[in-house]
Amino acid sequence: MNRAIPLLLLALLAAIPLSLLAGRAWLFALDRPDALLIVAELRLPRALLAVTVGAGLGAAGAAMQGYLRNPLADPGLFGIAPGAALGAVLSFSFGFAASGYLLPLLALAGAGGAMALLALLAGRGGGIALFTLAGLMIASLAGALTSLVISLAPNPWALSEIVTWLMGALTDRSWADVALAAPMTLVGIVVLARAAPALDALTLGEDAARSMGVEMDKLLALLVIGVGLTIGSGVAVAGIIGFVGLMVPHLVRPLTDRCPSSLIVPSALAGGLLVLVADSVLRVIPMVSELRLGIALSLIGAPFFLWLLLRLRRGGGLGLT
Amino acid sequence: MMQTPSAIELRDLGLGDRLRGVSARIEQGQVTAICGPNGAGKSTLLRLVAGALKPSTGVALLDNSRLHDMHPRHRAQQIGYLPQEPQIAWDLSVRNLVSLGRLAHGDARREPVDAALGAMGLDDFAERPVSTLSGGERARVLLARVLAGEPRFILADEPFASLDLAYQASLARHLRAQAAGGKGVVVVVHDLALAHNLADRVLLLHRGVLYADGPPADALSPDNLRAVFGVEARWLGEPGARVLAVTD
Repeated sequence: MNRAIPLLLLALLAAIPLSLLAGRAWLFALDRPDALLIVAELRLPRALLAVTVGAGLGAAGAAMQGYLRNPLADPGLFGIAPGAALGAVLSFSFGFAASGYLLPLLALAGAGGAMALLALLAGRGGGIALFTLAGLMIASLAGALTSLVISLAPNPWALSEIVTWLMGALTDRSWADVALAAPMTLVGIVVLARAAPALDALTLGEDAARSMGVEMDKLLALLVIGVGLTIGSGVAVAGIIGFVGLMVPHLVRPLTDRCPSSLIVPSALAGGLLVLVADSVLRVIPMVSELRLGIALSLIGAPFFLWLLLRLRRGGGLGLT
Repeated sequence: MMQTPSAIELRDLGLGDRLRGVSARIEQGQVTAICGPNGAGKSTLLRLVAGALKPSTGVALLDNSRLHDMHPRHRAQQIGYLPQEPQIAWDLSVRNLVSLGRLAHGDARREPVDAALGAMGLDDFAERPVSTLSGGERARVLLARVLAGEPRFILADEPFASLDLAYQASLARHLRAQAAGGKGVVVVVHDLALAHNLADRVLLLHRGVLYADGPPADALSPDNLRAVFGVEARWLGEPGARVLAVTD
């Protein structure tokens, strides 16, 4: 049994109530008349959304690292997150964002488009190298189109909305966002967990995995669907939040037996925990305006990535090659 | 559970320009060596039989079923394959790595894993991370992974390549023991003397075509070596301890 799962579950169960108390206004005692309202309508959905988005990022990161057999892989490599961002940005540009569901729907459509393109380019026995290149190509195409949309923004208001949204945040989210993201993320994690045994076989390389009965096309389909659901719905409700998918599997790996399959559920739990804690801490830090979650996590994540690279160069235990 | 010995039958098996019209039988209870110059199609043939590649012509039959139309997991239960440059992406423990051999069966039975660890002399290593092992120990772990799946056929692509003399000898002993136990063992071997001493049968490939198929002394005859490798050579020593002397 995986000892990381009960440990992380406990930490998560402890963190959620704490995060409900934390904020510009601390709610230690229910001395404010609106305390219950703040918790029920603002902080609880926000906390659940943080856990949902983080869980999706963590599980997708663990699956991607297993699939690419590379501890530096990130779900962003799929091009699905940039695809979703493009969809969301389009909704701002056309002024659709004002009407509730259209932003997430367009974001999901963008994620779906990126997934379809990915399957078209790399499906049918394309192999992992081709797949990675296709993902990078889609990511840069989506990035370029996003820049185009920004540069063609109809007015300064839309421009500032787009740029702020792209930074990734969980401020002012509602139960509607939870209802959208949580089921999709859950289904996505289940799909990724189904791919887990095949990821274990991939530890020994593509040829060995095929000879062990792994159907690579099926595995790719499971991963594209799983990552598409988790990352697509995450971007739809919270914008781009980087580095969580890269960092979390690393932090969790020493707690497991290092099999890719043992990493997916613990990474989901740890991802949820990380985003929840980060979001709560940001609420408490006294600043003129709240630091955006996406920026904050990138500020932690980028040095972490550099540290990983340094360790890799020194040949320290990043797994075998 | 001992199955009645059978064979993988290759009929006119080919893949593009790399391999053409190979027909042969791979028997259980024998060591079959695949030999030939670089680029002759040795690895391609092995990967086709392992199911890592699909043929463009011909069929491979096992128990009268087409190998490449079988359910991949069912095929994987019959045929275990050790790739040429085995990779180990994550620092698993020896036991976890050997347990990967049970994936095609979809179970986590301990007995076959323990048996495979024992057969490869790895009992004391079971809980060690693979990163702490030497090259020779790692080669034994990877073979143990194949054994844990209890396949009827064991395919290995140049398993001797990076091993020193002592590990080569020990691996050759293990493979012979597996064949004696009724498994069909197929190895791609570069070292012709090793092939001669190890194998019951040699498939000699030349430019994607099966040039000779028979006992080592026939398949690796001086005439065949001249035709395939372009060297003058003769065999010295006695059966089981042959040495190849290249005279020109």
